[in-house]
Amino acid sequence: MLQLERIKEENKDILRLIGEVDASNSVLLDQSMQEILQQGATFLLIDGSQLAYISSAGLGVFMSYLDDFSEQGIRFAIFGLNEQVTEVFKILGLDRLIKIAPDKSTAITLGNES
Amino acid sequence: MSPKLKLSCCTSALVELRSFLQRSLEAYGFSEVDRHQVTLAVEEVCTNLIIHSHASNPKEVIYLEVKELEKKLAIEITDKGDAFNLLEYEVPDLKKVIEEKRKGGIGIFLVKKIMDEIEFESKNGKNTCRLIKKFPSTFEP
Repeated sequence: MLQLERIKEENKDILRLIGEVDASNSVLLDQSMQEILQQGATFLLIDGSQLAYISSAGLGVFMSYLDDFSEQGIRFAIFGLNEQVTEVFKILGLDRLIKIAPDKSTAITLGNES
Repeated sequence: MSPKLKLSCCTSALVELRSFLQRSLEAYGFSEVDRHQVTLAVEEVCTNLIIHSHASNPKEVIYLEVKELEKKLAIEITDKGDAFNLLEYEVPDLKKVIEEKRKGGIGIFLVKKIMDEIEFESKNGKNTCRLIKKFPSTFEP
């Protein structure tokens, strides 16, 4: 089960992932990301504090946007991931390609650095 | 008794697979991170089979069995679809995956990083993939 919540905070768009992302629902994550970007987001934060699980289908969605983010100057960071999910990002080396922060305020600071 | 599961070939069955694995992996002294990763590796193989070998046909099935071997645990995945030998699968370069905006191709990379050994055989139309993880040194069966 995956639930997605969108929150707008000043110039930031926050996408909260609740539950588990796998091959059955990663398309929903993709759609939400696409919608947010089409509406002109300049700073996208993923709130992963309620994300229990993510498989390569979900990680692949994030990866497919990384080039667009850097080409279009969109700031992007993920925060609040639990230990198990963080380790999965690390196995792939995604922690070196995506800004990953323990909490929202650190994520905002990291996002503003680029 | 080794735990067994018959899984329908549709991605909506993955949630059932995860709860089966979480239950079956509890007894061997693995850390929470290890249990999470082994679950992920098995799911990645099954997702590949469901989508690529069985075209997400819910009438077709995959069989799983968790077997305790000496000093290690084997999760055996058998099916009768087109054989997918992940040992022969060349892991893509992460930078290339990003450049090409591909949304797949990294699952098997995860499997190879997580598991200690991978075995594959295809005989008489039946494919068997064995994902093996060593028990933690503190575990005594």
